[in-house]
Amino acid sequence: MRPFAYARAQSADAAIAAMAQDARAAFLAGGTNIVDLIKLDVAQPGTLIDIGALPLAAIEVATDGSVRIGALARMSDTADHTAVRSGAPCVAMALNLSASAQLRNMASIGGNVLQRTRCVYFRDVTQPCNKRQPGSGCSAIGGDDRKMAIFGANDRCIAVNPSDFSVAMLTTDATIHLRGPAGERTTPFLGFQRLPDDPALDTNIVRGELITAISFMPTALTRNSTYLKVRDRASYEFALVSVAAALDVRNGTIHDARVALGGVAHAPWRARAAEAALIGKPAVRATFAAAADAELRAAKPQRLNGFKVVMAKNAMVRALGTLGGAA
Amino acid sequence: MALGKVTRRRFLVRSAIPAIAAGIGIGVPRLNAVAQAASSVSIVPASGPGAVPVTLNVNGTEHAMRIEPRVTLLDALREQLGLTGTKKGCDQGQCGACTVLVDGRRVNACLTLAIAAEGKKVTTVEGLASDGKLHPVQAAFLEYDAFQCGYCTPGQICSAVGLIAEGRTRSDAEIREFMSGNICRCGAYTNIVAAVKAAAGHA
Ligand SMILES: Cc1cc2nc3c(=O)[nH]c(=O)nc-3n(C[C@H](O)[C@H](O)[C@H](O)COP(=O)(O)OP(=O)(O)OC[C@H]3O[C@@H](n4cnc5c(N)ncnc54)[C@H](O)[C@@H]3O)c2cc1C
Ligand code: SF4
Ligand code: FES
Ligand code: FES
Repeated sequence: MRPFAYARAQSADAAIAAMAQDARAAFLAGGTNIVDLIKLDVAQPGTLIDIGALPLAAIEVATDGSVRIGALARMSDTADHTAVRSGAPCVAMALNLSASAQLRNMASIGGNVLQRTRCVYFRDVTQPCNKRQPGSGCSAIGGDDRKMAIFGANDRCIAVNPSDFSVAMLTTDATIHLRGPAGERTTPFLGFQRLPDDPALDTNIVRGELITAISFMPTALTRNSTYLKVRDRASYEFALVSVAAALDVRNGTIHDARVALGGVAHAPWRARAAEAALIGKPAVRATFAAAADAELRAAKPQRLNGFKVVMAKNAMVRALGTLGGAA
Repeated sequence: MALGKVTRRRFLVRSAIPAIAAGIGIGVPRLNAVAQAASSVSIVPASGPGAVPVTLNVNGTEHAMRIEPRVTLLDALREQLGLTGTKKGCDQGQCGACTVLVDGRRVNACLTLAIAAEGKKVTTVEGLASDGKLHPVQAAFLEYDAFQCGYCTPGQICSAVGLIAEGRTRSDAEIREFMSGNICRCGAYTNIVAAVKAAAGHA
């Protein structure tokens, strides 16, 4: 493990200023991703700026009813919070199905959104990888692509985003709050995480920016949601495929719908074709199956992961069935 | 063996001194720059990359130590404080052998930087017993034979103490799910669940 310096920031502005002073500085929140990547020599920070002492851990309900999750809120505390559990049940479920109880006690929501891919070649510095070393090639293409993307990949990177929380957040119209050298800004959660047009960039964060919070407005739609995660073992494992779904059913008819898939793309995948096929239709199994088909029609599996197409279809039908009709 | 260890540790402590000097040499210009840029804001000075003074509170005792920022809590506990109860399995957050309690919550010591644990209360398996009496979870692990080789056991026990404090022991399924961060290669899971249940008072 390479040596690095360490500074504990006492304010958000101090943290941002410290980032500007060292081109190789990085923020340290829970450390569950960055410390791991430093050990693997994938991350090589000159200084770690510990933001753990900043007052960004609160989860609050604003006067307008929106829920604001501080960037340093721990995954465990977020999963347990009543405003999250009632406002977007799938978010609490996704968090409790992530990592382990120990990791969830350490890991922050901001860090979760920014965690890097678990692609085995990305994590192995002896292998070519366009994300880690731009232009070196993609070892997953033609290699072990079983866990890789079936949507939105290209000939430079076929990795998937590992964050369950991010998939669930796509059922809400969430907003990311950032603070940087140029001041504060907000950006929609949807689109913050990128497709691999430039594999080196996971998100649209600007270097030196701090995520301060993530907020969403609970609605009839977001309150009726669920998360289903399919993986190689029952617990403590990343998704092969996951589904976050929210339905607003009125008198048996689907008034509004949100569906997002995890484990299938470089960013959490908003299933717009499925949503279009759900809205206005009766909340029955045939509708759910047609919606799943509509979405998966565009899937482009790799050599070894054709199973993800079937798995995603079945998972969508099952998840939707628990929300609005007979599965 | 023990003597050899002490000698090696003394050597490391001594040889760390030039490294500290080097650390200051690297750290100070950066620190000044930060202080200038952030004139109105305060930031604790960047320390390291050489060994720096860190005080760790472990099992109720304050330890004044010199630690490089890159040293994990797991390595500081085992290599510097000689608290080898906490085990290193994967060193990547994937097995739970290194589980300790920080401010009463279970965490993975292998992904925690020791320097970041300053000011917090660390409890290891060595700190669970009190007045010569085993902690109820330790006693239950013995009673229910909740281990074979014992390598995962300190982590399992610390994790179970955290689990019980979280109130996640309402069913066997809940215990299994919320203990899933502790892998047991011997497969002692059935007895671990029984021990945790007993310790939680649900036997
Ligand atoms: C064994 C294992 C299993 C896991 N399983 C899952 C799983 O099933 N599902 C899942 O979703 N995740 C899983 N994870 C990932 C885990 O959830 C993330 O590592 C964690 O959420 C990262 O949060 P952190 O606070 O520890 O981030 P850190 O490691 O501290 O930081 C991660 C990155 O984000 C940056 N950063 C952190 N906070 C901010 C901020 N506020 N503003 C700007 N930049 C910031 C850091 O500089 C760093 O680059 C697993 C991890 C491990 C080790
Ligand atoms: S899939 Fe992406 S992350 Fe994995 S080796 Fe290819 S370029 Fe790297
Ligand atoms: S040694 Fe820390 S989780 Fe395996
Ligand atoms: S008792 Fe051997 S690993 Fe658990």
